[in-house]
Amino acid sequence: MNTQRTQPKRFLVFVARHAIAIALAFMFLAPVLFLLLTSFMTSDQTFTSDLWPHSWHPENYAAVFAKTPLLKYLGNTVLYACLSTGFMLLSSIPAAYGLAKLRWRGRGLTMTLIICMMMLPAQVTTVPLYMLWASAHLTGTLWPLILPMLCGDAFSIFLLRQFLVTIPDDYLDAARMDGCGEWRTLLRVVLPMARPGIAATAMFSFFFAWNDYYGPLLYTSENDDHWTISLALASFRSLHHVEWHLVSAATLITMVPVITLFFLAQKAFVQGVTLTGVKG
Amino acid sequence: MSSITLTGDRVRPVLRRGSRHRSWRSRLVVLSFMAPALIGLAVFLGYPLAAAVYFSFTRFSLLNPPEFVGLDNWKYLFSDPLVGQAAYNTLWLTVVMVPARMLAALLTAMLLNAMKRARGLYRVLFYLPALAPPVTSTIAFVLLLKPQTGPVDAFLRTLGIDGPRWFNDPAWAKPALVLLALWGVGDLMIIFVAALLDVPVEQHEAAALDGANAFQRFRYVTLPAINPVIVFAAITGVIGTLQYFTQAAVAASVASNQVTGGGGVSGTFGYPENSMLTYPMWLYTEGFRYNLFGYANVMAVVLFVVSMTVTVVLLKRFRTFIGGDR
Repeated sequence: MNTQRTQPKRFLVFVARHAIAIALAFMFLAPVLFLLLTSFMTSDQTFTSDLWPHSWHPENYAAVFAKTPLLKYLGNTVLYACLSTGFMLLSSIPAAYGLAKLRWRGRGLTMTLIICMMMLPAQVTTVPLYMLWASAHLTGTLWPLILPMLCGDAFSIFLLRQFLVTIPDDYLDAARMDGCGEWRTLLRVVLPMARPGIAATAMFSFFFAWNDYYGPLLYTSENDDHWTISLALASFRSLHHVEWHLVSAATLITMVPVITLFFLAQKAFVQGVTLTGVKG
Repeated sequence: MSSITLTGDRVRPVLRRGSRHRSWRSRLVVLSFMAPALIGLAVFLGYPLAAAVYFSFTRFSLLNPPEFVGLDNWKYLFSDPLVGQAAYNTLWLTVVMVPARMLAALLTAMLLNAMKRARGLYRVLFYLPALAPPVTSTIAFVLLLKPQTGPVDAFLRTLGIDGPRWFNDPAWAKPALVLLALWGVGDLMIIFVAALLDVPVEQHEAAALDGANAFQRFRYVTLPAINPVIVFAAITGVIGTLQYFTQAAVAASVASNQVTGGGGVSGTFGYPENSMLTYPMWLYTEGFRYNLFGYANVMAVVLFVVSMTVTVVLLKRFRTFIGGDR
C-alpha cells in the first residue's frame, strides 16, 4: 500500500529533479553555445537578433589569426603560464613540505603570514611592487608576474600543504630510518604520493596565469608585444572596430586549452577544488 | 628542586653541545626548504606593505622621488569625488554577490547530490563555466545581454517584456555582473557538493525517525555540519569581491563601445555613469592614469585594513580549517 503510493511520487520527484537539472545545464551552456554560433556568422548578421547562422563561416577562425597577432598573444600567454607554474612548483613544494612535515620554531607564524598573503587583495601592494619592477627596468614585460613565482606562491603553498598533511608520517619516518635526509624523503617518498595534489595545484597556477587580466594590464598595457590573450581580447574590439564574429571566435580559442586541460586531469582537479574548501 | 638543577647542570653541557649541533643542522635543513618562501614573504608582503604605508604620506610619481607631504593624501580621501561611489559599488557587489553565489552553489550542490543518474555529467556541465577565463565570460555576457540584438533581449521581447539595457544602464549594470558571477558558480558548487557528502547519513536518518521534516533536517543537521565550509566560502567570497576588477573593467570597455587605444583601457572604467567603477579600479586609475601614487597608496592601505579585518574576524573559525595541529 505504502510502496504503491510512493512509487508515482518518486517518479514525479525524479522528473522534477531532472527537469530542473536540464534547465540549469542549458543555462550554463547557453552563453558558450551563443558564442559558438556567433563565431560562424558573417559580420553583418552579428548585428541582428537571429541566433542561427544564415550561412556558416568556419573561415572566421582563420581570419582571427590572419587579422590580429593572436598567435603572438597566445605565445606570450603560454610562456607566462608555463614559466610561472614551473617556478611555482620549484619553490612552493619544498615550502609546503617544510610547513607540513618539518617541526621548527616560527612555523605557525609563517603559516599565518602565508594565509595573510593569500587573503591580500592584489591591489594593496600594486604601487610599491610596480616601483620595484620599474627600478629593475622590467615593467612593460611579463617578468614581474613570472619571477615572483621563484619565491613561492601563497595560495599554492597553502594548497600543497593541505595535500601533504594528509600523507601519514609513518611513510616519512620509515624513509628517515633508512637514512634518507629530508630532501631525499621529499623527492623519493612524498613527491610520488602527492602527485594528484601537485597536478591540481599546477593546474590552478596555470589557469590563474592564463586567465590573469589585472597583472598583464598593470605591467604590459603600454607594450602590446607582451600582451597576453586576456588583455588582447579585452582590447580586441577597439583595435578592429566591432567585429563580434571574430571576437567570439577568439574568445572560444582562449577557452580551448583550459577546457582540454580540465578534461585531461578532471579527477585531480575536482579533488583540488574540493580541498581548497573542505578541511573543516 | 635543587637536585634536579644539579643533575641538569651536570648533564646539560653534553646535551647542549649535541642539541646545539643538531638544532643548527636542522635549522639549516628547514632553511633550505623555506628560504624561497621566506624571501617571498619579505619582498612581496612585508616590503610592499611597509612601503605602501610610508608612500601614503608622500607625493611622488614614476619620475619624481617621494616627497613627504604629511596627511595631505589622507585628507584628499575625504574630498575625492569618486572614492565614495567606488567604495559603494564594491560594497554593493560584496553584499549581493557573495550571498547570491553561496545560495546558488548550495542549491545546485543539493540538487546534484539528490540525483542518482547522470550526476557526474551534470556536475561537469554545471562546473564548466567556472573554467572560462573572466575576460571570455564577460565578453560573452555583454554580447548575450546586448540591448536590441542580444538573445536575452529578443527572448524577453517574445514574452512581451521590454528588457533592461543591462550593461548600458547604471541601474542594471551591477545586477548584470551578479548574473555573470552566478554563471561561474561551479567552483563553489563543487566545494559544497563535497561538504554535503560528508554530512553523516545516520544523523539524517535519526532526525527523520524523530519526525523532522525535510526543512528541519536541513536546518538542524545539514547546516551545522557544513558550517566550516560556509564560513570559508564567505571569507574567500568577500576577499575576492573586495578586489573585483576584471569583469567590471572588461564589461565597461566592451559595452561602452568606445574606441580606446591600447594603453587607455582605464578610459572606460566605470561605464555606465560610474555604476561599475569598483574600489580597486579607482585605485588603479588614481595611481596609473593620474599618477597619484601617494594617494593610490592611501586607498591601498584602507583596502588592506578592510580585508585584514574581514579575515581576522573570522580567523578563529578559519583555524580549524587550516588543520588540526596548530
